[in-house]
Amino acid sequence: MRLIVEALSVELGRRKVLDGIGLDLAPGQVIGLLGPNGAGKSTLMRALAGQVEAHGSMHLGANDLAALAPGLRARLLAYLPQTRTIGWRLTVRDLVTLGRLPWRGFGRRLAEEDRNAIDRAMEMMDIVPLANRIATELSGGEQVRVLTARAVAQTTPLLIADEPASGLDPAHQITMMQALRRIAAEGATVLVSLHDLTLAARWCDQVVMLKGGSLFAAGKPAHIMSDDRLAEVYGVTAHRAKDGKGLILTPVDLVENRQKP
Amino acid sequence: MKRALLVPVLMVLALALFVLSLLVGPADLSLHDSVIGLFAGGSEAASIIMREIRLPRALLGVAIGFSLGISGAVLQGFLRNPLAEPGIIGVSSTAALGAVAIFYSGLAGSSLYALPAGALIGALIAVLILLALAARQGSTLTLILAGVALSSLSGALTSLVLNLSPNPFAAYEIIFWLLGSLKDRSMEHVALALPLMALGWILIAFSARAIDALSLGEEAAASMGIHMGRARLLIVVGVALCVGAATAVVGTIGFIGLVVPHLIRPLTDRLPSSLLLPAGLGGAALLLAADIAARLILAAGELNVGVLTALIGAPFFLWLVTRARREML
Repeated sequence: MRLIVEALSVELGRRKVLDGIGLDLAPGQVIGLLGPNGAGKSTLMRALAGQVEAHGSMHLGANDLAALAPGLRARLLAYLPQTRTIGWRLTVRDLVTLGRLPWRGFGRRLAEEDRNAIDRAMEMMDIVPLANRIATELSGGEQVRVLTARAVAQTTPLLIADEPASGLDPAHQITMMQALRRIAAEGATVLVSLHDLTLAARWCDQVVMLKGGSLFAAGKPAHIMSDDRLAEVYGVTAHRAKDGKGLILTPVDLVENRQKP
Repeated sequence: MKRALLVPVLMVLALALFVLSLLVGPADLSLHDSVIGLFAGGSEAASIIMREIRLPRALLGVAIGFSLGISGAVLQGFLRNPLAEPGIIGVSSTAALGAVAIFYSGLAGSSLYALPAGALIGALIAVLILLALAARQGSTLTLILAGVALSSLSGALTSLVLNLSPNPFAAYEIIFWLLGSLKDRSMEHVALALPLMALGWILIAFSARAIDALSLGEEAAASMGIHMGRARLLIVVGVALCVGAATAVVGTIGFIGLVVPHLIRPLTDRLPSSLLLPAGLGGAALLLAADIAARLILAAGELNVGVLTALIGAPFFLWLVTRARREML
């Protein structure tokens, strides 16, 4: 389903954290949300997920996200918050099973469909071998994959993940991005915030750059992630290379150092 | 132990202790006389002892133990905090204060219902304050801090009443009641408390999905379709009904709500919802056992069961903590 956001603003306390954001995101794509710390990436995701009061309109297909009951919203939109909380010593499989809550009745029995969604999410996140481990005893990167699998198991047309690749080893960063691409290929809209420029450039169909709570630029990564924009948004210079699959961007220095005589 | 067996085993345990509770007491009734007294009438003395003394006592043991166990389990799940116990929302202290106020006013002797009514009014006031706060602020932290403040305030007011009490006997009576006991309660007490507690159990059962989702934090839970405001309401009112009604008829009984979830949790898959029923049954078994022990330990007179649960519960809890710090969650 197409996600259309118009004039979205969020105030936290008296500070305007997001100001007049407009987005039009087609289904079947992975969209990278970029910007420095404090640019409003997490707030934008939280606003879409209904976690923070926002002005403006947010529509997923014909559904007004702000007006939906929580139970219905949970069937359209899955959200991986940035704070990774695992409250009890649950097994990995039990934790991923929580992602099926929006689809299950009051009883506890899992339907065939639930089990399939759980299996698939665990396989995508490469956590099948961890199934019976205690989630709180896993490494940080493993926990991120388990928690992401919970959101994936929700099987929603919109998946919002706040920094799902941070804390992962290089192999699993790639596994994560491949999994998100697979989810998008099946027709979902996938919105992820990323700090790794190369991951964003190579794996995302679109990137959205935020700066100071406003939309700075949006479009194809190769077009948007220019030296000038990286300098203006992040204040860095980047080494740039290219191979068959796309851009390779490595931040090398702060812009202010370059400008010194 | 297989997980599927947990609930049946706890049920059998609670039932066995319930029967034992009916058979133990200062009156030296034979097993035969007890059974006849309970079901068929038999001699007048045996019938009165069984039906009007031991049966209400055992029934209250089951219902209040269940209430304390399930309340502790739901609050620990809701707050993702293994230190939470039913007293944390302040309702037990305000209920105690309500009862103490009745003692002080001298109305306690006027009717069987005066004391429980005072306690229920105390609990109700606490709930109204908590709900007003929760409705306006809508945060779990506010709710807990308000509970702590209510506990402290009612503790202070209870001390004040003791301080001002007209004679040492009145103070003694109040203190004794505060210690908590199942002794000398009647079927009227059961009839008063049981419906309120049963309603509390139902409300708590309806929060099962919410506390499971809350394992992953409030944001993740809300994104999984949990209406946080509704969950807070269900849990606060459910626990308040359980704890308020329990305090109203037997005074304050500590540690069961804190310890039982810890004892039972390792035997479950650790999802907060799978702990609710076993923790209730475990609470019932533990309170029945403590109440039987309270009758047997001192030959002359009787220990207050609240004293006994605290006396055994606190060191036991300490042992539990040192044995398995990581296992706590």
